[in-house]
Amino acid sequence: MTVKTATGTAAPMPKSGARAGQGFWAWLNKRMPVDQFLASQVTEYYAPKNFNVWYFFGSLALVVLVLQLVTGIFLTMFYKPGEATAFDSVQFIMREVDFGWLIRYLHSSGASFFFIVVYLHMFRAFLYGSYKAPRELLWLVGMLVYLALMAEAFMGYVLPWGNMSFWGAQVIINLFGTIPGIGPDLVLWIRGDYGIADATLNRFFSLHVAAVPLALLGLVALHLVALHEVGSNNPDGVEIKDKVGADGKPLDGIPFHPYYTVKDFVGIAVLLVLLAIVVFFVPNLGGLFLEAPNYEPANPVSTPADITPVWYFTPYYAMLRAVPDQRLGALLLLLGVMAFLFVPWLDRSPVKSMRYRGWMSRSALAIFVVSFVGLGYLGMQPALGIYVVIARILAVLYFLYFLLMPFYTRLDPVKPVPERVTYHAH
Amino acid sequence: MRTEALLAAALLAVAACAPHRLPAAEEEGGKFGADWESWRAETNVSDLSSVQRGARNFVSYCLGCHSLKYERWSRLGADLKIPGELLGKELLPPAAKATGYILTGMPAADAEAWFGKTPPDLSLMVRARGKDYIYQFLTTFYVDPTRPTGANNLRLPTTAMPDVLSELEGLKAAVFSTEAHPGGASEQVFDHFEPVAPGRVSLAEYDGFVRDTVNFLDYVSEPTQLERRQLGVWVVLFLLLFTWLAWLVKREYWKDVH
Repeated sequence: MTVKTATGTAAPMPKSGARAGQGFWAWLNKRMPVDQFLASQVTEYYAPKNFNVWYFFGSLALVVLVLQLVTGIFLTMFYKPGEATAFDSVQFIMREVDFGWLIRYLHSSGASFFFIVVYLHMFRAFLYGSYKAPRELLWLVGMLVYLALMAEAFMGYVLPWGNMSFWGAQVIINLFGTIPGIGPDLVLWIRGDYGIADATLNRFFSLHVAAVPLALLGLVALHLVALHEVGSNNPDGVEIKDKVGADGKPLDGIPFHPYYTVKDFVGIAVLLVLLAIVVFFVPNLGGLFLEAPNYEPANPVSTPADITPVWYFTPYYAMLRAVPDQRLGALLLLLGVMAFLFVPWLDRSPVKSMRYRGWMSRSALAIFVVSFVGLGYLGMQPALGIYVVIARILAVLYFLYFLLMPFYTRLDPVKPVPERVTYHAH
Repeated sequence: MRTEALLAAALLAVAACAPHRLPAAEEEGGKFGADWESWRAETNVSDLSSVQRGARNFVSYCLGCHSLKYERWSRLGADLKIPGELLGKELLPPAAKATGYILTGMPAADAEAWFGKTPPDLSLMVRARGKDYIYQFLTTFYVDPTRPTGANNLRLPTTAMPDVLSELEGLKAAVFSTEAHPGGASEQVFDHFEPVAPGRVSLAEYDGFVRDTVNFLDYVSEPTQLERRQLGVWVVLFLLLFTWLAWLVKREYWKDVH
């Protein structure tokens, strides 16, 4: 393999720590460890060779993050925060800015795709025990990314200043009012006014375009640092670092570049196909990605018939509504999100991967998925009659998955884990 | 006079472009309007002549009170392939500039005084409520002497909007039946429409008039939608090709992995 140097001549691909060669590349490397960094993180970073389709979603999340940052930067050039200007400026983008509609739909669909990818990424961790030692910190940082993403998405949804933006913000911010003692003052402090108003919109804009993206980038960087320190888990849950060859490289590992860069490009391409289908043909996705009431400007005296958050928040919203008492409902919502943080210590199974776990862990995960998806569906329906009853049952199942985890994972009849990963060359 | 001429032209075009579907109950000779909630607009925004007729209908019948504040006259002309000269002569209100937005001449304060509320801007109405909603709204007005405007509506009961299209559609009365509930309570339930006075056009022609208008509002709600779908086909085809190439590259590299 060769690389082009600044002088245009082909030079051998520099190895780790190499300082050979002339020209710009050598000049650069004397001053900044570019080669060393690329080698340790990419070309000589060994990843298990048995990744399956579930392992696409990490790199896809990174791609969607970049998509959101780039489209967000362009939207910010035309978007005007403020009660009197926000809604109109979004329509200006949709109608009069060249390809503004494309940038805006990419951003609005990108938000949903971010959550699709992140939820699948999280499910992968449940499937293969990726949060278990030595990856607890990796999981915790990942959960912080998820929390930051929820804050980012919520505040971003307020910015178009449609009627659902307004009333969604009203419902969510009022949840802070249920905190005993400081609640009402806290709500006032968050809004910056006695109602959801201009001050609220402008501070959400500031947080959405500056504070939270910075936090997200920092957390994602930490997530990658932690990942590259411990190495990736894999569908067999076997540590590839335990079996190294004479050269000190993991026997079941392959360099991330080129193998996983070329493979991830296939995943990225498929993601872009799906994203393009949504953006160009069904940007509202039947009200799932963009809700109809948000095409009416924010109106403090006209409540939409049903206030429902966008789909990625509906599992928690269903939990909130399943409890008759608003304070307890808010507490349940909080616990529902926070429960994920404790998983590395709740899971007592001696094996990581679901492949070698028994029927108990498998059934528990299946029930958990059904409860999460079911709550997500119910969160979009009116909170009436049988829906509330089902939501309560599913919420109980949701929490039992976490609460009973120390027991069923210990009692679970596990199978022997192989010494090496299972891989069948194609 | 100009409005009359426009209307005549619009109706000729409608007649030429039949067949527009009539509500099912009407066709079967059943109770007209009983199934109004299942009425669908069934419009196609890529039908340019329908959208053009809708624009004409809007200017003749809606613009007096409703604005399209996000759409410029020039944009409408360009998208609907209406030559600038024709746009200025037939559609543009006397004082309006082609580069300006499509705004009603009615002052908001007057509107508030006359109707109790300002008639809503219709730029995004199709995206907010759906085209079936508007179709049903414009086809379910009925005579109601208890309302200040003398008219009421099934889709939007107690609407502040007068039945301005009645000169075309004619007047119809709503027949209600009394539905008893367990526990002694009862409520009035809509049963069907009865014609009161004929309008200037047939029901079929009026149906086409409404559909064209809804189709136009669909266009206005997202003027880029045709471009979006056309471009989308090429983008998706390119990305499918790219996916195939990426997969070939992956397969080539992964031949080394055993």
